[in-house]
Amino acid sequence: MSANTAVAEKYRNNFLKEIEEQVEMGDWVKMCMQCGVCSGSCPTNFQSAWEHPPQELFMMILAGKREEVLTSSSMWNCTSCYNCIVRCPRKLPITHIMHGIAEYAHRLGMAPKMQPTRFFSGLFWKNCTHTGRVNELKLSLGLYFKDGFVQGVKNGMAMQAVAIGLLKARRLNPFELFGGHKCKDQTGIQAMLKKAYEIERSRKTAKMAG
Amino acid sequence: MAKHEYAFYPGCSSQKGASASNYLTSVESMCKTLDVKLTEIPDWNCCGASIGYAEAGELPRHVLNARNFALSEQHLPGQEIVATCAACWLGARETRERLTHSDTLMSDTREALKEAGLTINEMPNIRHMVEVLIEDLGFDEMKKHVVRPLEGVKIAGYVGCQTNRPFGVDGESFENPQYLDKMVEMVGAESIPEYEQKVTCCGGALAFSEPEKAQAQIKDIVESAYDHGAEMIVTPCPLCQANVEIYQGHVNKKYGTKFDIPVMYYSQLMVVAYGGSAKDAGLNGQVIKARRLEEIAAKPVKR
Repeated sequence: MSANTAVAEKYRNNFLKEIEEQVEMGDWVKMCMQCGVCSGSCPTNFQSAWEHPPQELFMMILAGKREEVLTSSSMWNCTSCYNCIVRCPRKLPITHIMHGIAEYAHRLGMAPKMQPTRFFSGLFWKNCTHTGRVNELKLSLGLYFKDGFVQGVKNGMAMQAVAIGLLKARRLNPFELFGGHKCKDQTGIQAMLKKAYEIERSRKTAKMAG
Repeated sequence: MAKHEYAFYPGCSSQKGASASNYLTSVESMCKTLDVKLTEIPDWNCCGASIGYAEAGELPRHVLNARNFALSEQHLPGQEIVATCAACWLGARETRERLTHSDTLMSDTREALKEAGLTINEMPNIRHMVEVLIEDLGFDEMKKHVVRPLEGVKIAGYVGCQTNRPFGVDGESFENPQYLDKMVEMVGAESIPEYEQKVTCCGGALAFSEPEKAQAQIKDIVESAYDHGAEMIVTPCPLCQANVEIYQGHVNKKYGTKFDIPVMYYSQLMVVAYGGSAKDAGLNGQVIKARRLEEIAAKPVKR
């Protein structure tokens, strides 16, 4: 049984409870009063419109629309501008709830595969935890080449002027490809993160069992 | 002994050859003038930034930030942590807040940190460099060192998101913070308090993953600066600086605009006003050259 089927089975007909127990800050969802200030304050919803803006996702959670919420590309449109947080009259930590739902959908393998920000988000975390510090060059190349070599070269060409500008300004170092900045105690960092994942996983499992 | 001492968290983008290396150059020079001593936290690590959320989870993210707290406590006991990057500051402050409010998260964090041979006993204060300037030094002290006022230069103060929300600088509003405009006035330049895009999001990490969405925002931010007669934009955030500066060419191509406006850090303006050279201010790190500032930086100093 996949992880997704197991939780779906456990929380059958109670998607709200699933979100409350398994998603970071998920216990705030029921506090939403559907005013829509978050949607009106969101830069990417304002410019190009989310499929389901935050307050709609909250109502869908209450209505038990599990599949629609977790497979939605909406949450991945968050730019982490925190405008919704500071404006929400009920003080819901909306930015964190959006990240939380996205992370949960990603963890269950339900998030849209080709969503570019989902890809970049995972790439960023792997990049920065690998050596303890971000390698900006590898991060950019990793993104450009995500759809294969040919597309990667095309993307690279499109970014040529930007890259040359940064190179000239000494804000891009080609030698980052062969190493770059890193922490000394990488072993300690890996061990501590491994432990953190273990603890987090066991806490979530305990909630499911309890 | 320096007047003010802090544990310094420079962040990934400030490192040599990285996207905000010129920010660090100018901060070092600015701090020398102001007698502020920054000691780098030994072996500090990335904050994880907000964009790491897909894989970060809750505890690993806080453990990552807590490692820096532990290192700071161990090597620089009693010193407050100062970050120059908005994302580093936000990430660290958020971790501080969460760990302070939850005993479970705190004890889980301690357990994970043990694996790296580290521990936290006291929660450090996390400050942004602009907080240090405004709260610990104050505008009068900052102004005292101005020997080359940036007279006649009109500058749009672009605060952006993460230096402003959700924490922000004490006493400032989220919708219309004033401190950056005051800093512009402090260096003798002309501010634009009515610049209505001052807290608009630059698109953050979406500038990489979904550039068309970020560039729509960047267009608004730059266009409004021009509409208000600005010659340059100033910001306290490394990602705001990079996004608003380096994609102007792409915006021009897409929207038929002719944007070519320099985007500076507050610290660069201060270094030039304090009599520093173009090099001290990291002006050679601009992709869109700040010619006006270079001219001023070449002028003799009024003492």
